[in-house]
Amino acid sequence: MSATTLPAPFAPTIFSPELAARFDKLVTLYPVRRSALVPMLLYAQDEIGYLSDSAIAEIAQRIGITELDVRNVLSYYSMLRTKPAGKFNVQVCTNISCMLRGGRELLEHCERRLGIGHKQVTPDGVFSLEEVECIGACSWAPAVQVNYDFHDNLTPEAMDAVLESYRAKANE
Amino acid sequence: MPTLVSHPEEVRIVSSRFGQGAAEIDRYLELGGYQSVRKAIDQGPDWIIAQMKASNLRGRGGAGFPTGMKWSFVPKQSAKPKYVLVNGDESEPGTCKDHLIFLHDPHAVIEGTIIAGLAIGAKMGFIYLRGEYRYLLKIMEKAIADAYAKGFLGKGIFGSQFDFEVVSQTGAGAYEVGEESALMESLEGKRGVPRIKPPFPAVVGLYGGPTVINNAETIATVPHIFRIGAEEYAKIGSERNGGTRLFCVSGHAARNGVYELPMGYNLKRLIYEVAGGIRDGRPLKAVVPGGSSTPVLLPNEIDIGLDFDQVGKAGSMLGSGGVVVLDDTVCMVDFALRTIAFYQHESCGWCIPCREGTDWLKKTLTRLHAGAGEMRDIDNVRYLAENMLGRTFCPLGDAAAMPTIAFVKKFRQEFEDHLDGKPCPHARHTVPELAAV
Repeated sequence: MSATTLPAPFAPTIFSPELAARFDKLVTLYPVRRSALVPMLLYAQDEIGYLSDSAIAEIAQRIGITELDVRNVLSYYSMLRTKPAGKFNVQVCTNISCMLRGGRELLEHCERRLGIGHKQVTPDGVFSLEEVECIGACSWAPAVQVNYDFHDNLTPEAMDAVLESYRAKANE
Repeated sequence: MPTLVSHPEEVRIVSSRFGQGAAEIDRYLELGGYQSVRKAIDQGPDWIIAQMKASNLRGRGGAGFPTGMKWSFVPKQSAKPKYVLVNGDESEPGTCKDHLIFLHDPHAVIEGTIIAGLAIGAKMGFIYLRGEYRYLLKIMEKAIADAYAKGFLGKGIFGSQFDFEVVSQTGAGAYEVGEESALMESLEGKRGVPRIKPPFPAVVGLYGGPTVINNAETIATVPHIFRIGAEEYAKIGSERNGGTRLFCVSGHAARNGVYELPMGYNLKRLIYEVAGGIRDGRPLKAVVPGGSSTPVLLPNEIDIGLDFDQVGKAGSMLGSGGVVVLDDTVCMVDFALRTIAFYQHESCGWCIPCREGTDWLKKTLTRLHAGAGEMRDIDNVRYLAENMLGRTFCPLGDAAAMPTIAFVKKFRQEFEDHLDGKPCPHARHTVPELAAV
């Protein structure tokens, strides 16, 4: 548990200079470096789309633990992935509150619209689809998260508009 | 952005600054913010804890443990640093109250964290949000940075001799991390597997130091107690259940939303008056009163006060304040299956009764719901669930077992209606899933 003393800034890095700087700071915020692990994994995934071998290797080095340790932790958390998702990851909640307000129908609607199923990616790489557990928007159900953005009180028609807006973003 | 609702019978304390722009520090100060913490600095730890005890505030995460009592368990002298840990890993299905707190009143969370720190003699606090709440982390991080800039955090806060640091972060998707010891593991950069208790966190917690862990709503309530006075706060609620709480109404109510009501407020009245009754005037079939882990109540069981003791007496739990309303279109076998599918997905796999129990419950309920079940499957569901109870290190096993037992007990006929390939009168069948059984 003792804090190892690694030089900051850490170099060379596979991450952007901004993220690398953020990581340099993140490991100093906690009483032990390892506490930065879960946030670092999520930030790394946000930047490169998934946790690649090289990302895992660098994070392990930055914290001073083994790659196996990192993989052991990341496999626990459902938001972390080691394969790319779509540019826009559509996460449809079907847990009880959303289910009662049409969450499953919304998921089926997305499956038809996007032509993909759970944890699949569209051939153009723009969308991926996921059926997820409760996302904390129960009173505004059915709710969907696209990457980190919440969309509440959806209907199939409203969902189409949401998907269209992201398609337009992808074409920009 | 989530829509805010209101009703004349609400008593707005924790939600008093919702929709007021209080995420901006200057606005928070205008609205009387950061006054309670100054009072707490002047009066000292013994006074803070006495006030917290007098307020009758009980933990809003679900267990309902008296907050002042919890704080008083932290030893005064400790060789290791003490910590405050705010549990914003809101993940209990049906619950979305902390979502609004982080969105509308992040400084109340910071102020409550500092007061908790002063009470126990901690110099550092952590605010842990669930991974899905990334946009709320940004709001929280800005609020923390603004508080540092004003000298409310860091060295010599508010010009006193006290130092206090706050760090916020998110998880990365795991219901289990909402359990306090799993939360500490996650914050230490590990898998969110719970720890064996005792020792309790108040003695050996984060990094081995004494730690107070409170739900985000509990912490956000703390500054209000010192604003309005502990006795006054206690008076708002019912006996031994001080103050108000945020109730998240979801499902088939006409006006879903998060309402703040006094502890002990009548559940039936919440559904029929505050939330406008059942949508389209349909009959009520059942209510899950406090998040998915709390045993379901029948329509004739809901004329009760919403506090920890009264809901407990009715055979369920107040839980996390997630009131899920079900009308007569719901297939209870389907609903039970969806509930258990969640717990099966979220079980960390450490304790065998939970890991195997949730898996077998999901398989059996899938078969029953598909119309391929036998009479003994129904008994088996109950038998399995009853044998999970109290046999796991953390409450996740109980959280899966308790609602399951209630579904079978209270809706047995509906389970039997699914036998012999009879078509389910309500929901669609998930027959393809059966192939995986």
